[in-house]
Amino acid sequence: MNSYWLSFSIWVPIVAGLIVLVAGDRNLREAKAIALLGAIIGFAVTVPLVTGFQTGTSAMQFVEKAPWIPRFNVNYHLGVDGISVLFILLNSFITVLVVIAGWEVIKERVAQYMAAFLVMSGLLNGTFAALDAVLFYVFFEATLIPMYLVIGVWGGPNRVYAAVKFFLYTLLGSLLMLLAFLYLYNKSGGSFAVLDYHKLPLPLNAQIALFVAFLMAFAVKVPMWPVHTWLPDAHVEAPTGGSAVLAAILLKLGAYGFIRFSLPILPDASHYLAGLMITLSLVAIAYISLVALAQTDMKKLIAYSSISHMGFVTLGFFIFNAYGMEGGLVQMISHGFVSAALFLCVGVMYDRMHSRAIADYGGVVNTMPKFAALMMLFAMANCGLPATSGFVGEFMVILGAMKFNFWIALLAATTLVFGAAYTLWMYKRVIFGEVGNPHVAGLKDANPRELLILGLLAVAVLWMGVYPAPFTEIMHASVDDLLRHLAVSKL
Amino acid sequence: MISDLPIMLVAYPEIFLLAAGCAVLVIDLFLSEDARWVSYALSLASLVMCAVLTAGVTFKTGGQHATTFNGMFVLDPMATALKMFTYLAVTACLVYSRTYLADRGLYRGEYFVLVLFATLGMMVMISANHFLTLYLGLELMSLCLYALVALNRDSAVSTEAAMKYFVLGALASGLLLYGMSMIYGATGTLQIDEMASRVVRLLQADPPAKSAVLAFGLVFIVSGLAFKVGVVPFHMWIPDVYHGAPSSVTLFVSTGPKLAAFAMAIRLLVNALQPLAGETLQFPSGWQDMLVILSVLSMAIGNLAAIAQSNIKRMLAYSTISHMGFMLLGLLSGIVGGNALSAAEAWSSAMFYAVVYVLMSLGAFGMVLLLSRAGFEAERIDDFRGLNARSPWFAFVMLLLMFSLAGIPPTVGFYAKLAVLQAVLGAGKVWLAVVAVLFALVGAFYYIRIVKLMYFDEPAETAPVRARPDIGILLSANGLAVLALGILPQPLMQVCLQAIKGFQ
Repeated sequence: MNSYWLSFSIWVPIVAGLIVLVAGDRNLREAKAIALLGAIIGFAVTVPLVTGFQTGTSAMQFVEKAPWIPRFNVNYHLGVDGISVLFILLNSFITVLVVIAGWEVIKERVAQYMAAFLVMSGLLNGTFAALDAVLFYVFFEATLIPMYLVIGVWGGPNRVYAAVKFFLYTLLGSLLMLLAFLYLYNKSGGSFAVLDYHKLPLPLNAQIALFVAFLMAFAVKVPMWPVHTWLPDAHVEAPTGGSAVLAAILLKLGAYGFIRFSLPILPDASHYLAGLMITLSLVAIAYISLVALAQTDMKKLIAYSSISHMGFVTLGFFIFNAYGMEGGLVQMISHGFVSAALFLCVGVMYDRMHSRAIADYGGVVNTMPKFAALMMLFAMANCGLPATSGFVGEFMVILGAMKFNFWIALLAATTLVFGAAYTLWMYKRVIFGEVGNPHVAGLKDANPRELLILGLLAVAVLWMGVYPAPFTEIMHASVDDLLRHLAVSKL
Repeated sequence: MISDLPIMLVAYPEIFLLAAGCAVLVIDLFLSEDARWVSYALSLASLVMCAVLTAGVTFKTGGQHATTFNGMFVLDPMATALKMFTYLAVTACLVYSRTYLADRGLYRGEYFVLVLFATLGMMVMISANHFLTLYLGLELMSLCLYALVALNRDSAVSTEAAMKYFVLGALASGLLLYGMSMIYGATGTLQIDEMASRVVRLLQADPPAKSAVLAFGLVFIVSGLAFKVGVVPFHMWIPDVYHGAPSSVTLFVSTGPKLAAFAMAIRLLVNALQPLAGETLQFPSGWQDMLVILSVLSMAIGNLAAIAQSNIKRMLAYSTISHMGFMLLGLLSGIVGGNALSAAEAWSSAMFYAVVYVLMSLGAFGMVLLLSRAGFEAERIDDFRGLNARSPWFAFVMLLLMFSLAGIPPTVGFYAKLAVLQAVLGAGKVWLAVVAVLFALVGAFYYIRIVKLMYFDEPAETAPVRARPDIGILLSANGLAVLALGILPQPLMQVCLQAIKGFQ
């Protein structure tokens, strides 16, 4: 079956972004229209990936393969399995929202802003679809360029520091990953095909070295404690759309990398170092939750909450059972919706008040009741309330952890307490109570554009919470295959 | 005499350029200031003609290894490829420099003549098959460069740079010549393609013969070479010359001569002294280990010193040093334990790196020239501040060039690093690859700082950037080439691979 839906999902947004760039700010109305159209078409072309997806198999689907750099046996090789297809869908969906979210809010260099997000969306789809290591690396690294510009050009006061820190942190990790790929290329007799690496036997010490190289790349992206320090800076300084994409998609690249590379290519090292990974994940879950509790800046609080939630994902992956793995994946998607929604909520308030400090708010519910209701839903989802998407993933991971080890499950479960504490406490201080100051008294409720974005996300969050089966069904075969793969030693 | 002509066929492009250079020199004498464009046009036409002749000669010889002048001069696929790249680079230099030179009263016949003769020197170096040919080409190129650096003779900085360049350059030439004479003493030949077998004979002799002379000769040759390539610890001239020379000359020094230096490295180390590459019975290590030290030092000092610069020409000078260190990585990964199986891949990765570097350097210095105006040198890094507000298009071109220099995909600079790192890992030197990527990370910092200045900061002045259409188009093409070759790197990689395979 030859289809080009994956190529479309990559190139439609990129081409749209380039057209927007050429149109420029002189033709602002047209540029914006093209951006929205590009984002919507970009989302539309990912729909066939899901509708045409065969759930019974773990094989790669919608495969495209063409020689690209024969000199190094590099191919333009795309394909998705039940894991990656969901992220392509999520990414294209969030891109539409981000374009709408920036519609009126961004005042300077609007065309470049929209273009950066569209190009980034295409590159991210490419990262999730690439089955060739060099192709993956090219997409993975290329996302740095638009994100660097997004943070640096449209960000807050300390944006330059945040942008440079973000860039150098992620570059360090990915350069080591590049070396790992080159090592595998030499070991496998000249192949960059990721699926070939899955079968490649490797001695334990080589596996451990490669695992560490991959860990540097992916841990920085996830981000795992202790290499998480770039995230609060980048999130706080980035514009709303940038924060949403960072939290919803870019962080998923790291976790996706573990699933596509570390676990299947290096099963023995994964088992060998599982203790380390679980420890780091638990530190992220428990310690970072406490850090989040102490934040006075809303965006920083959500950023730390992201790190803590991503700790759940990595914990789920490294307890090596189906509950943990699927729970981690569900958590990734759910976190994509919830964190994007929370950042967009902060953005809605920030556009009116130009402050992110919790202390500057209070009693917002009195002036913005519709907005408060929607934000309530997302706050609840962030604490993992049943019937929201947040619950499904966390519950599955805790269930998986319980099978693995009671104490780990107990520690992981503390997040339900802490998560509720920091999210609801923030919510209470910002939304409830008496109207805190005259600025809050003058607030206008969310406009239709904002309601549309938050409404769409609310539907997604509730759908995943009430009826997650369509999501888990798609990933089921691939997860089973991954677990089977993990159980076989490659020594 | 007539029967001799076909023998000279191989050197037609060089002979033509020599004649053309003399013609431009004479014609320029009769030109008024307003008619200077004739010299400019003639110089460009000569380069185009050289390209046509090179293509014709290559076609005539069937792309095979062809020698002339008793084997002193060779045309092989590598020579053809490198010469073509050199013509392109020199042409771009001339086009980029035009406004800059005219604004400063340097738009004179000497400039064109010196550039053409320097190009001739590069061509001779590229085609050298004999130590003396190589040396002649090198000196012809170097003498022209010394004079070019001092072209603005009223500038104290320029003349000081030229003086420094001349003294150190002469020292390096001396080292190289001394090394060549020792190798000659040991092997009894100056012929590059006969050298390897004679060295092997010496190495296999029992009892070991002339090892001291060989060792000293090798060390002197590598030192001289390191100076000409510009790697640590023979790099001291680079920042001063790049800084002191008029920007258009800096552009020239940083492009064509790098290709010639690469050719010299290949001719000397690979073609002539390949048996001394690695461990031998008499020597515990060979030139590969020397290059390891040179390249690690270059990457370290080049990248670290570049961070501290506030002058963009000095910054790019240190960046050159680090890039040449990276290029050496490819060169030193060819032979693994006496086995030259994957050597062509490794050496071609170095060639790919050199060509890509020249492309990026052309663009980067081209941007410096573009931003300079009469009475204003865009030399400070701060002069790039807020370029996106002044000219979004040229800011984007510079963005591509900077990310390419930093080695970020999808620009071609990434594939250059990829190819070289692959060669290093293929040679089993994992630690060296790790060191290289760590310094590449350090290097990324100062390139993205330029991007930061262009995009994140407000401009100090709001004057829009004006460019002559030819400069603007060529510079845009240069920037887009960095992206296009990044999306489709295969053709250029293949050219380099074929070029290197040509002499194996």
